[in-house]
Amino acid sequence: MLRFVIRRLLQAIPTLLVLSILVFAWLRLLPGGPATALLGDKATPEKIASLNSVLGLDQPIPVQYFKFLGRVVTGDFGASLVSGDTVLAEIGRALPATIELSVAALVLAIGFGIPMGYLAARYRGRFLDNATVLTTLVGVAVPVFFFGVLLKYVFAQKLGILPPSGRQDVTIDATHVTGFFTLDGLLTGELDATWDAIKHLILPGIALASIPFAVIVRITRASVLDVQQEDFVRTAESKGLTTATIRQRHVLRNALLPVSTTIGLQTGLLLAGAVLTEKVFNWNGLGSLLAQGIERRDYPRLQALLLLAALVYVIVNLLVDISYAIIDPRVRVR
Amino acid sequence: MLPTRAVGLRRIALIGLAGALAVTTAACASERGSGDSASDTFIFGAAGAPKNFDPIFNDDGESFRPARQMFDTLVTYKPGTTELEGGLATAWTPSNGNTTWTFTLRQGVKFHDGTPFNAAAVCFNFERWFTMKGAAAQSQMIYYGDVFEGFKTNEGDISGEPVYKSCEAKDDGTAVLNLNKAKGAFPDAFGLTSLSMSSPDALKKYDADNVTQSGEAFSYPPYATDHPTGTGPYKFDSFDKANNTITLVRNDDYWGEKAKTAKLIFKIIPDENARKQELAAGTIDGYDFPSPADYNSLKDAGDQVLIRPAFNILYLGINQKNNPKLQDVRVRKAIEYAINKDQLVRNRLPEGAYAQDQFLPNNVPGYTPAVEKHSYDADMARQLLAEAGASDLTLNFYVPTEVTRPYMPNPVDIAAAVTDDLKAVGIKVNVIQEPWNGGFKDSVQKIGKHDLHLLGWTGDYADPSNFVGTFFGRPKAEFGFDNPQVFDALSTADAQTTPETKKTAYENASVVISQYVPAVPLSSSPPGIVVRSDVQGLIPTPLTDERFYTVTKG
Repeated sequence: MLRFVIRRLLQAIPTLLVLSILVFAWLRLLPGGPATALLGDKATPEKIASLNSVLGLDQPIPVQYFKFLGRVVTGDFGASLVSGDTVLAEIGRALPATIELSVAALVLAIGFGIPMGYLAARYRGRFLDNATVLTTLVGVAVPVFFFGVLLKYVFAQKLGILPPSGRQDVTIDATHVTGFFTLDGLLTGELDATWDAIKHLILPGIALASIPFAVIVRITRASVLDVQQEDFVRTAESKGLTTATIRQRHVLRNALLPVSTTIGLQTGLLLAGAVLTEKVFNWNGLGSLLAQGIERRDYPRLQALLLLAALVYVIVNLLVDISYAIIDPRVRVR
Repeated sequence: MLPTRAVGLRRIALIGLAGALAVTTAACASERGSGDSASDTFIFGAAGAPKNFDPIFNDDGESFRPARQMFDTLVTYKPGTTELEGGLATAWTPSNGNTTWTFTLRQGVKFHDGTPFNAAAVCFNFERWFTMKGAAAQSQMIYYGDVFEGFKTNEGDISGEPVYKSCEAKDDGTAVLNLNKAKGAFPDAFGLTSLSMSSPDALKKYDADNVTQSGEAFSYPPYATDHPTGTGPYKFDSFDKANNTITLVRNDDYWGEKAKTAKLIFKIIPDENARKQELAAGTIDGYDFPSPADYNSLKDAGDQVLIRPAFNILYLGINQKNNPKLQDVRVRKAIEYAINKDQLVRNRLPEGAYAQDQFLPNNVPGYTPAVEKHSYDADMARQLLAEAGASDLTLNFYVPTEVTRPYMPNPVDIAAAVTDDLKAVGIKVNVIQEPWNGGFKDSVQKIGKHDLHLLGWTGDYADPSNFVGTFFGRPKAEFGFDNPQVFDALSTADAQTTPETKKTAYENASVVISQYVPAVPLSSSPPGIVVRSDVQGLIPTPLTDERFYTVTKG
């Protein structure tokens, strides 16, 4: 098992290296540049040229790349052109926000998705099943930003029961310890801060969960239906096991194998979904960081973020494979 | 089976009870937290984070807005106008042909750290700017570079002869600034937010000049990030980057009228739609630059859309370099005659916008009714094109996308209207759309690939040099012409030392420009600012640099 993990980790290094070259070259081949964005409307072409030479952006791209690689090896991703903070500090600040939101979305998607998928399969062809299938169709078809704006309109603007955006009310003077606002309040004993953070989490959490939820429902439903037809289920039935035992031990457990793959893939996709959700809900996480970085052509920030995204993807895939190996020992042999 | 289920149920009931308790306590606590201070806190939605809080290193509105509340300048602008009034100086007197400026300083003013504001502090600030070292620092001082043209030690590509010469503290209340040459931008430019007065003690204590380069970017010292220290009505409290919130608190020792609200919070919300929804939900009290398309729905919801006096110009740029026919003034005039500016203003621009026949807003000296007018006349346009042998004219029209500016809320819509007008007189137009920062600015301002383009400008202070001087004061790739008559008229005007002669000289320059038609002035538009119905006392200003200490809520 350990060897399997190490081998997979080593395979990730050349992947990341190639990705870093692609990201670096792609950014620099985009028209416009950070100097134009940094200097604003009053910038003259001379000032832009001058800033480019100060920043070293007038050098050939391969030279810039190797300088960048040299710094990255020492853990220096540079500073953001927009904020002047080091990119790592920015990511450190934004990461808890994105994790908090993604976990909330995952909990919602899995917590409601698996039971609903299971129930839909159990009552196949009946009202509950049809309603579920229709809901998931809508969930997949409606874009996150539209759904998000709609949620805000109904629950924040019209009903006024939930905050429209942001992570915490600005008038709350909360202490941040971990950067996870829901935890921070518990740690410092400021329960109102935690409650406020949870309220802020609900709408973006639902918006972000909509797609993985729909996907998980559909996969669980299909998978349960499949497994129910398997020989071993019939064997178990003929052995005289109770229906409850068969459902829990045999059907659900085996049906969850493809579901776990889906959850893994959806976790990777959550980051992509987070870009839109974070923008709509002014959620100050990695997605917002990325969106603003693109607008301002913030090379150092974008380079680090895109590499991080690639790294996360590699790791998530690895975890999926490991979970496979745990659930189904045959995978390890391959 | 039964006992287990009972235990399970009991457990669920307990968890539920605990949860309900937690929620109730939390709800009580949150009511306590926000109940008493609501009307004492003004929350404004900002479109972006400030770069930092040291005014001298900034040149953008989002950085200036918080700075404007914490700092004062020597002179300032009367609220709601572009006229000058006393700031930290009660009087400013030019002498020696405008190369010496004597400031009489306000007495009894203290910086936020308790140190006194006096002539020594004024000179400390001017010396600091002039002697700033490092290409990084200098390339960040855009406004200083524009106004003072150079540094003690020029680095990078900045090579100008510095305008600043020296500063003397005659006595505590009198600072004398000596310049190497007269400059028309003064005294108006002394009111620029970039040239705010900082506490010398705090500048030294928090290492203010130590801007460092890190990778391809700059990192700012603690003064700029956490300890800005001015004399303004609000003091810096915190910048919560995780929650994207800047908090300022009232300066109880302010020399002028004390701030009406104890706290001023800027909540950074980059998405415009999100700002609108936060306003509707009541989590912010106002935001800047609402889209003109939203004015009516905002007003219907009971919000106040305050309209600023227009202080900008939208123009159709003409580049004479690529197409020889554009070097014929008749062709350029034909283009101006072809455009129905009144209709454009009516259909595509916000309330309060007006059509332009020159490159200065009507509240800037130098604006004159005497310019040569080329009002909409399609027949005249066709006739002029025929006379110039340019009836088969084809032009490449560069239009920016992914951008809104106060002078052009929707560039693509405006360009479409202009294109229709040009086509109506027989000019073939190839529209080329490029993203603002993804090609357009390079294509137009650096390379000059275009024949026509859409662009504009918002003024920094009410001096005509800040408008026409910037556009036509020297040869530029954007316009591709070299006309000594225009350049001379502008440099003569800039060299005038009295307000009266300057005004006359700029009026003359406006006339010369209107005869030459280097570009087509289209319109000036007033940007709006929106606040909730219970907000009072916000005075919208043409320079978009509102100060919030007069604002009350509820």
